[in-house]
Amino acid sequence: MTDLRQHAVEVDEQFSDELDVGVDEIEERLETLVSDYRVPIEEARRSVVSTYLDEADMEREQLSDGDQAAEVADIDEPEEWLDLTAKVVELWEPRADSIAQVGLLGDETGTVKFTKWAKSDLSELEEDGVYRLGNLVTDEYEGRFSVKLNSTTTIEAIDEEIEVGDDATEVEGAMVDIQSGSGLIKRCPDEDCTRVLQNGRCSEHGEVDGEFDLRIKGVLDDGGEVHEVIFDQEATEALTGIGLEEAQEMAKDALDTEVVVEEMRETILGRYYRVTGPTLGRYVLANETETLEEAPDAEDVLIKARSL
Amino acid sequence: MSESAPTREVARRAFAAEFNDASYTFKESDDERAPLYALLPTGARANRVYVVGTLTETEDVGEDSEYWRGRVVDPTGTFFSYAGQYQPEAASALRETETPAYVAVVGKPRTFETDEGDMNVSLRPESITIVDAATRDRWVVETADRTLERIEAFDGAASQGGEAAAPDEYATMAETQYDSDLSMYRDQVIAALEDLEETEVTAEA
Ligand SMILES: [Zn+2]
Repeated sequence: MTDLRQHAVEVDEQFSDELDVGVDEIEERLETLVSDYRVPIEEARRSVVSTYLDEADMEREQLSDGDQAAEVADIDEPEEWLDLTAKVVELWEPRADSIAQVGLLGDETGTVKFTKWAKSDLSELEEDGVYRLGNLVTDEYEGRFSVKLNSTTTIEAIDEEIEVGDDATEVEGAMVDIQSGSGLIKRCPDEDCTRVLQNGRCSEHGEVDGEFDLRIKGVLDDGGEVHEVIFDQEATEALTGIGLEEAQEMAKDALDTEVVVEEMRETILGRYYRVTGPTLGRYVLANETETLEEAPDAEDVLIKARSL
Repeated sequence: MSESAPTREVARRAFAAEFNDASYTFKESDDERAPLYALLPTGARANRVYVVGTLTETEDVGEDSEYWRGRVVDPTGTFFSYAGQYQPEAASALRETETPAYVAVVGKPRTFETDEGDMNVSLRPESITIVDAATRDRWVVETADRTLERIEAFDGAASQGGEAAAPDEYATMAETQYDSDLSMYRDQVIAALEDLEETEVTAEA
């Protein structure tokens, strides 16, 4: 759906109880303002809404609150209030008494973790149930976004099926950098923590006896866009051919963990990759990695060049 | 995306012939630490580039301390890469790599004035790694494509004139700074691609 169409659908929904306008007409009006008069879309939408408010003899405050309607893929800021229509994909075991329910919500655009506080005293969500959830607030932890159900949240079970989207994105480009914190690392042994240690210290639990792990935080660049990618232990081994045991051996022989990332750098820097996986904050988590070995066809580019 | 994420400068793709013409550099702010950009003649700013070519020659040109120069050749010309004590990894790559070899270089454009008063453009590498022929071929096609995109955008900005919503800032800047004929860069793209097709045919034969 185009942006304009999306706005038109939302405006149509706002007036659904009062006017029978139709998405096409709204889109046309928006189109005129945006394309012919070069009005920014937000302003165009405001103007179109005003027109219909007059027509319906309504005040702006009476409009159904469509502004917060969001999709999972839109969630990219903490502390934003929004509404989601989503399916409960999974329920997990709450780890604390303060949490009533925790799990995964999904819509067509992807999945997001949710937390429902015990003190909010909300009705129970059922696994596989589809709900219209009003007034959720977003949160972020280490680049991962989640939504919190709170005491102002409204829960409405609806009879609708949602095909939960695979929120995998695909990025490709040359590996132009490997960020610090890559290679052989140590993590906090606390199972709820697993933070990466800095000089043997966890930022939460202080000095701890860390557990070795492998990961790469890399940068893929296609000359137009830059994507940060994380490879976990398994993906790192597949990418570099170096497993955890071998990495520990290498570090032991050299008395330095840095040799591991240095070796990895030589293997992967400057090569082209295509990575598919979910987005976690700034990063794409590499579920699948493909080395781009075939050169693309030069013929099409050549034809274009000759036509210029 | 969240605003806390630092924005990393994209690595532009440009052939050596165009890169070496990018002698005009500028900053977007007065801040001393603001990133330095080289202006590509086809109308884009480049703070970083990614190039792949043949490392044909390396030489320690330093006087007091090691200062390595590497010649990285693509179908249109030569990138001159310089790495010293502040680029230890790149310097050791230049010291240790046996030429000729295909290498990928990620680096920053730098300009210096020659004794004759000309501005020369060079590459200060962040990393140099040995790659295979397929990576090099992919880079040639990709760089051809990116260069054509810039030429197209440049022509678009020029033909729309004052009526355009926002003629590309860097196309305008390039026009002012270089006043160059972009067909030269298009011809280089064609030559690079034809060169690639020929090697493919030879390889298959
Ligand atoms: Zn910890």
